[in-house]
Amino acid sequence: MVDEKYDVVIVGAGPAGISAAIPLAKAGLKVIVLERGEYPGSKNVMGGILYRHAADEIIPGFYKEAPLERHIIKQSIWIMTKGSAFQVGYQDLALDREPYNSYSVFRANFDNWYADKAKKVGALIVNETVVEGLIAENGRIVGVKTGRPDGDIRCDVVVIADGVNSLLVRYLGLRSELTPDSVTLAVKEIINLDEAAINQRFSLTGLQGSTIELVGEITQGMVGIGFIYTNRKSISIGIGALVSELKRTLMRPYELLDSFKSHPFVSPLIEGGENREYLAHMIPEIEFNKLPKPYGSGFLVAGDAAGFGNVVHREGSNLAMTSGFLAAQTILRAKERGDYSENSLSYYKHLLERSYILKDMKKYRNLKKYLETHKEIFTVYPYMLSDAVRELFVVDKVSKKEKQKKIIKAVRQRRPICKILKDLYHGFRAFW
Amino acid sequence: MHTVVCIKQVPDTTSVRINPETNALIREGVPSIINPHDLHAIEEALRIKERFGGRVSVISMCPSQGEKSLKKAISYGIDEAYLLCDRAFAGADTLATTYVLAQAIKKLDEIEKVKLILCGTQAIDGETGQVGPGLATRLGFSQLTYITNIPDLDIDNQEITVIRKTERAREKLRAPLPALITLRDEANEIRYSSLKDLIRSERYKVIFWPKTVLGIDESQTGFKGSPTKVFKTYVTPARERGEILSSEEGRERKAVAEIIERLITTGFFVEGNDAKSG
Amino acid sequence: MQNQDSTGVLVYLEHNKTELAGVAKELLGVGRILTDKLSTKLAGVLIGNRVESIAHEAIKFGAEIVYMDENEIFENYVNRPYTSAVVSIVKKYKPEIFLVGATTQGRDLAGSVATELKTGLTADCTELDVDPNTRLLYSTRPTFGGNLMATILCETKKPQMATVRPRVLEMPKPDAARKGEILTESYTIKDRDTKVRLLEFIESEGQEGPDLEVANVIVAGGRGLGDPKNFAILKELADALGGELGSSRPPVEAGWIGHANQIGQTGLTVRPRLYIACGISGAIQHTVGMRNSDVIIAINSDPDAPIFNIATYGITGDLTKIVPVMTEEVKKLRLSISKR
Repeated sequence: MVDEKYDVVIVGAGPAGISAAIPLAKAGLKVIVLERGEYPGSKNVMGGILYRHAADEIIPGFYKEAPLERHIIKQSIWIMTKGSAFQVGYQDLALDREPYNSYSVFRANFDNWYADKAKKVGALIVNETVVEGLIAENGRIVGVKTGRPDGDIRCDVVVIADGVNSLLVRYLGLRSELTPDSVTLAVKEIINLDEAAINQRFSLTGLQGSTIELVGEITQGMVGIGFIYTNRKSISIGIGALVSELKRTLMRPYELLDSFKSHPFVSPLIEGGENREYLAHMIPEIEFNKLPKPYGSGFLVAGDAAGFGNVVHREGSNLAMTSGFLAAQTILRAKERGDYSENSLSYYKHLLERSYILKDMKKYRNLKKYLETHKEIFTVYPYMLSDAVRELFVVDKVSKKEKQKKIIKAVRQRRPICKILKDLYHGFRAFW
Repeated sequence: MHTVVCIKQVPDTTSVRINPETNALIREGVPSIINPHDLHAIEEALRIKERFGGRVSVISMCPSQGEKSLKKAISYGIDEAYLLCDRAFAGADTLATTYVLAQAIKKLDEIEKVKLILCGTQAIDGETGQVGPGLATRLGFSQLTYITNIPDLDIDNQEITVIRKTERAREKLRAPLPALITLRDEANEIRYSSLKDLIRSERYKVIFWPKTVLGIDESQTGFKGSPTKVFKTYVTPARERGEILSSEEGRERKAVAEIIERLITTGFFVEGNDAKSG
Repeated sequence: MQNQDSTGVLVYLEHNKTELAGVAKELLGVGRILTDKLSTKLAGVLIGNRVESIAHEAIKFGAEIVYMDENEIFENYVNRPYTSAVVSIVKKYKPEIFLVGATTQGRDLAGSVATELKTGLTADCTELDVDPNTRLLYSTRPTFGGNLMATILCETKKPQMATVRPRVLEMPKPDAARKGEILTESYTIKDRDTKVRLLEFIESEGQEGPDLEVANVIVAGGRGLGDPKNFAILKELADALGGELGSSRPPVEAGWIGHANQIGQTGLTVRPRLYIACGISGAIQHTVGMRNSDVIIAINSDPDAPIFNIATYGITGDLTKIVPVMTEEVKKLRLSISKR
């Protein structure tokens, strides 16, 4: 047992954990963060887009010194078939004005910097230490157990932020083992590429950045998504699919990535680049109704460990950061009252519900189910769209009215109109 | 009893890569670690402290990034860490290095007389193995190298008994303190830090000793104080892929015979003598 | 020490009480080459008790002079008295170059001698050369785990010292007809020279195991062996060639063979004349420990195995068939390995 008692023990020095650590340490609480990796960020992976608002709340103006890659000024979504891509994109001068809205980042660099900020305001961060269990007394969590000699620490409250595969969330019985359909496995490569080449291929200047999300053929019929993000001197390219889908098709993620990279419209973007790193990670896709209870007597759960994520909007790290921040608010309030009971900490849920975190998750709570039951989105619609648009773009002797007829016919051949209408209706409902 | 451990921060040589264009070692991005052999010295010092009490200090001559390794040393349970850091020390060979280390030991004597210095046998980058003997000689300490075991430390009589392993044999030596020991890896295994020590190391402020604190004569250290200089470096030429023969079913004898024949032709293999006498 | 005074190449004559150590002979070999280039004399320094026969042996191997200090106190090597005696001889005769074998004794001694003389010492050299004009010694040595070679100079101090890696340089042939001088030295033992005592030699308990670092031939097995009993097949080949068994990490972790046989990043680094890698894929964790072997023969069923990239010769196929055939051929032709 460690001699001293801490106010807060935070498990995990990722975005959620540090976002809790900083406000708590700033308020003068005795905070210790236990990280299992060699350094904060060493075990963290994400696609790579960071949204300014979340970190800005915790460290106003963080973007002036944080290690960020490019600021995103254009985004697009490509709907792919084997040989075509229907691209919907958006770029805006407004996005090119400071303060920028989002950036490409490297998790390891950013998290390490972010954790350093926590150290500077007085949080203690201890690495290479795994929290294996919790200490409970009279139904309340009063500390953590680590694998090290003298490795127990007592505290008033524990913030559980140990990631998608949270050991502690299972330990507490808040949820059972993640089922294959509630987690996505994503693999990514970082490919070094000349800054000038990136700017040229993506039509950017200076530190402007671009993101592309890709769906359709590239996930080979599975519910999943691909992405291409520009960093300063490299490209992050990756693809992920629900684990249940990977099990169904028996595809290996790296095979999926390799075939994605060799798609005729993808490979020119990374041509000549040098592979620098392979990374893989899991992303939580827990149904809204099945989210574990994120609080209890003496503890709160934040970030991926709590299942917070909004994959359709490519958001996850911002939810993690905001949830960490809200956890800190909850704890400060609890400290004032000297009350760390479940009732007091339920304030956390209240904050989450009022924030975009649970509001967005609630909004999209049926989306995953919809996608799982409407795989046509990935397999049929891209082709349908491609056929229709091709017919439209190809200029030949066929009269435009004829073309319209041809398009309708082709569409109906792919899928009956009534089914299409149903798909659209349900899709609308799931999205709205 | 005051025991001092000397450590070196080194690049992790297993992840060192060669730049194919410049033919030079790529050192950026290569993680720095405590010289693995020094970990055994740290462990032994902690065991001595557990058996006999006293204090353990760790010193290292390194630019300011050496702080990281010293904090890591603290995390195993070392009491105090001193970073001997000054631009004047840059470019030092082993002679110039042992000068600085000896000055540091003399300074540590002021806190409490140093009775034992523990080192690893060599560093994984320079691999000279010269700092231990050099330091012992400068200080006039009993020099005990390639030690695998310390069966006895007689504090009253100020004597230490060690087992030394050479190519041919193991020797039992007894020497008066103060002594300097270089420890072979097989002596022990580094412990898993306790959480207490880990927390302490996070908060610990490494003590920086520049040349002024150590009373350094600059002509004896750094580049100026180094009789040896690197004339040139070059990357070890890569081996070339040789001849690969295939032996599908039944062709084993042919393939083997071909290779043996070639090796006989080049004079590598010699026929007619018994292998044992070779 | 003044530069202008120094002449001559001096070599440390390590011995086992009855004869010269192999490395001492190798030093006399390279010493001769350097001495001839510098047009000077080659001498040896011999410290021991009743070692005159060794002095004669050194002359046969090329020493023109042997500085010999015999004393009971030098019966067994202990650092302090040997250092003092050697330093005394070096200060008296002022060689410009002093070479020591990079054995545990040599490295222990050279470090203290060089520090007392405040001169430069280059460790574990694999190549030595001199420039007859500047009379400077160019000592080349491996660093960074053998990835980078460095050539070192000691320009301002004498003697220029180097320890030399054993079993790399050529051993000269002895010539019984050679003549030389033996000069008796007599260092006066001081009190401080006797402080460290060698109490006893400890008998090896037999668990020392094979010494792969000196083995001439190593036959090593990897995961591709498939079965621990296949090490027996490798052992037959090793025996036929007068070599030892080695292993990559997986068989050791599986308990098929002891850690003392493990070669690679977490095991030993070896440089035999011949290394036969059987069923070893050639991952860098293993190759870093054996890639400086003179000849590498790789046997693997996978033609894409990276081991083939560093092998001198390779055979793709079934090692359980290939290795016994090799053993047969070796025995039939009574093959042995030539010297370096």
